[in-house]
Amino acid sequence: MTRRQAALHAVLPAWLAVSCLWGLPGVSQAAPATEAQALYVLNRVAYGPAPGDVARVMASGVDRYIDDQLHPERTPLPAALQQQLAGLQTTRLSQDALIRQFRQAAQAAKKDPDTGKQDRQDLYRQITEEAGQARLLQAVNSPNQLQEALVEFWFNHFNVFQGKGLDRALMASYEREAIRPFVLGRFRDLLGATAHHPAMLFYLDNWLSVAPGYQPPRRGAGAGQQAKASGLNENYARELMELHTLGVDGGYTQTDVTELARMLTGWTINPRQGSDDSAFYFDLRRHDTGTKQWLGHAVSNQGQREGEMALDELARAPATAHHISAQLAQYFVADNPPPALVERMAQTFTRTDGDLREVMRTLLTSPEFLSGSNAGTRFKTPYRYVISSLRASAVPLTNPRPVLRTLAQMGMPLYGWQTPDGYKVTDAAWLNQDALAKRATFATALASGKLPLAKAPDDMDDASAVAQGRGGYAPLEADALYATLGSSISGKTRTAIAQSPARLQAALVLGSPDFMKY
Amino acid sequence: MHRRDFLKLAALSGSVLLPLGGNAWGATTAPGSPAGKRLVVIMLRGAVDGLNVVTPWGDPGYYAARSSIALGKPGTDNGVLDLDGYFGLHPALAPLLPLWQGGQLGFVQASGSPDSTRSHFDAQDYMESGTPGRKATQDGWMNRLLGQLPPAAQSGGMRAVSVGPVLPRIYAGTNPVANMPAGAAATKPTLLDKPAVGDAFSRLYASDDKLGSTWQEGRQAHEQMMNSMAAGSADLEKEMQAANNGAPLPDGFPNDAARLATLLRHDDRIQLAFMALGGWDTHANQGNATGQLANRLRPLGQGLAAFTRQMGPAMNDTVVVVMSEFGRTVRQNGNGGTDHGHGNVMWVLGGDVAGGKVHGQWPGLSDGNLHDGRDLAITTDFRSVLAQVAERHLLLPDQRLALLFPEFASHNISAPRLIRA
Repeated sequence: MTRRQAALHAVLPAWLAVSCLWGLPGVSQAAPATEAQALYVLNRVAYGPAPGDVARVMASGVDRYIDDQLHPERTPLPAALQQQLAGLQTTRLSQDALIRQFRQAAQAAKKDPDTGKQDRQDLYRQITEEAGQARLLQAVNSPNQLQEALVEFWFNHFNVFQGKGLDRALMASYEREAIRPFVLGRFRDLLGATAHHPAMLFYLDNWLSVAPGYQPPRRGAGAGQQAKASGLNENYARELMELHTLGVDGGYTQTDVTELARMLTGWTINPRQGSDDSAFYFDLRRHDTGTKQWLGHAVSNQGQREGEMALDELARAPATAHHISAQLAQYFVADNPPPALVERMAQTFTRTDGDLREVMRTLLTSPEFLSGSNAGTRFKTPYRYVISSLRASAVPLTNPRPVLRTLAQMGMPLYGWQTPDGYKVTDAAWLNQDALAKRATFATALASGKLPLAKAPDDMDDASAVAQGRGGYAPLEADALYATLGSSISGKTRTAIAQSPARLQAALVLGSPDFMKY
Repeated sequence: MHRRDFLKLAALSGSVLLPLGGNAWGATTAPGSPAGKRLVVIMLRGAVDGLNVVTPWGDPGYYAARSSIALGKPGTDNGVLDLDGYFGLHPALAPLLPLWQGGQLGFVQASGSPDSTRSHFDAQDYMESGTPGRKATQDGWMNRLLGQLPPAAQSGGMRAVSVGPVLPRIYAGTNPVANMPAGAAATKPTLLDKPAVGDAFSRLYASDDKLGSTWQEGRQAHEQMMNSMAAGSADLEKEMQAANNGAPLPDGFPNDAARLATLLRHDDRIQLAFMALGGWDTHANQGNATGQLANRLRPLGQGLAAFTRQMGPAMNDTVVVVMSEFGRTVRQNGNGGTDHGHGNVMWVLGGDVAGGKVHGQWPGLSDGNLHDGRDLAITTDFRSVLAQVAERHLLLPDQRLALLFPEFASHNISAPRLIRA
């Protein structure tokens, strides 16, 4: 750092310095980036810098970095990460296998309360932890950080809840099959994939929704089905319009909700033995064959196609383009995103028939985003805070439990939001007294080297590992963190930290107000 | 001027309602001594089925609409606990029956928000902002209320708590509110309680404008909480033993409620508290006397009973309001559940409550009386219930009351008398 830069840091908050140093957007396409620019995109496009990232982005330039992030297919995952992911037992199981295992475990627990219940708990725990492990490993270590942020965003947009029945088994499958492949693809494909996935069909009860008067056969499709399916359930139809597409003010009525629910009758779950295919099943017998009046037009009986047409129409609606654009801009730019940016994103959405890569390109190459004028103004969500801490620390992550526990304590358990609206990303939702204390506590534990993140998962229980101070990695050092985080930790903060005991300094870097913001 | 007239005027003039600073209290006429008066709000997120909480078993429309999820008449298997010969209480709420009989617990049936949204998220937002239909409201009514309450007898320290990891919308605003973690973590010391660690962080936060004051308030609140809980730990221990005939309280709400009571009893600076409970969105498999809804109601009833016991005489100065964003459809759906509806029941518990009565005008469940042909109609605006608690229990004067629920029309104040004079 030059003396001039150091002096600047001493008098200005780091991010004020950033906006001063920032050049006009798009001035020189292939130019190397300043440190401030590199930090900004790493904090906004990625979950913050890992060691070496700032230098890499400075060398490649911002434009090149953003373009690469929009094309994750160019950058394969590192071999070590691939190997770790491949080592997980349950995350690649088919929908059919997961549903069968889940139901068998539930039945066994009923029959034999002693061993059956324990086996069931073990299965749930393994499935839950491995889904969490897969998500965390990629969020922390994948070079394709935008993809990871979008997986978080879209999972949240199409939220399902791990705590509800069958969905205990399906989080990894849902993320892998319904979310991840489409986050830079077409919105209609993403919408369709969530609509067909058993996790969504179960979560919002559509699997039970049937035409009036339908009587289920004595045995058959509904193994384990508890409720008598004898009528309409409008839960999914409502959230499909309110949350997934048009938005609550998108111009539909209660009648449209009921009519869409009728169009979606018969969309249910039927796992087929030995099949790797989807457990989605359209059951014509459950379908309401009457004529519907939906969003101003008559829909005649066309079986499954009625639902597909509804998804087509919802994906294409201008209200959807606007709703989605506003949410993306809120996630990436500001709690109250600039209306002009949202409007341009919505135009791109409509012009490209919902090409999400192009919508993201409009966002990430916009003057509103690139100006960096919102840099350092946002308070990280617990998820972002924890992931960015792990990235900055470069601690090997073989045991996800302490991280999953931490996220739960901070009010953002992974796959744990009960309602279909997903977590909020605004400051107001997360900035409170307890949040700061919990983050400082986590930072202190992480920096001490005692958080059992890198111990072998079954080596010993987490509590004994903590008691013995065996986190499996060396305590963190403030200097290494400074090298990674650069000027995002201000001179003022560094001065305050320098006056504190050496053993606390790394914790103070990660627990500093500077690191809580981005 | 009568209250009604004043509110009418206030509603008409709107902008006349000048905001008063928190310290303006001393300049106004002191209305009795509100010190020690408390309000606890419990929000059931997800729209609880109020018809299966306080069940109109005397209304034939109830049984016609619910073939498999209806609760039985009093005295039958899985029947309701009779309240007044027309309404009955869900059997999972049996621990609350003594409070009803003792006149400390009352209900307002067919109450709710005048806004007709069936979105959980909008409806909760309106109920927490206190401004149905208006999305631009930045703060929550409990935060506004905090700004209008005179400070407790003992000054300084936190005056409002929220149990749970995030600050709810109802507390959004400029007045500081403390978070108390749910579960046993609330009372356990953390790494930051080590003076060297806590002080180092405090120095670090001292110079940050945005987070510094939040940090400082948090540290003080935590200290206050730890001291109060330490003072009450013997009581808490006793309570955990005494509940359920010696069995420990179940995890979750009953424990949190008992802890909250301990904190309130040992710290009379705290005037407001809020807790939220989720999982009431029963679209399928709702059950009746047993099942999903019963499993949610049971700990709620146990928790409220434990809270009341633990508060002891302090309950005379406390009102607990339980509410939910909207009710559910009168008719059950095809999956043994209910969809999003309209009117619901509010619960009011405490020493000042005119209990032992189901308040409110009952609109009836025959087809012609239903809202939109499907839902329980609303006859009492939720704000009139809350305004009455604020006025008659917290002794908030008129001008301040009008600030609490701006745009609240005067005719809505004609609520049943819930709070004893």
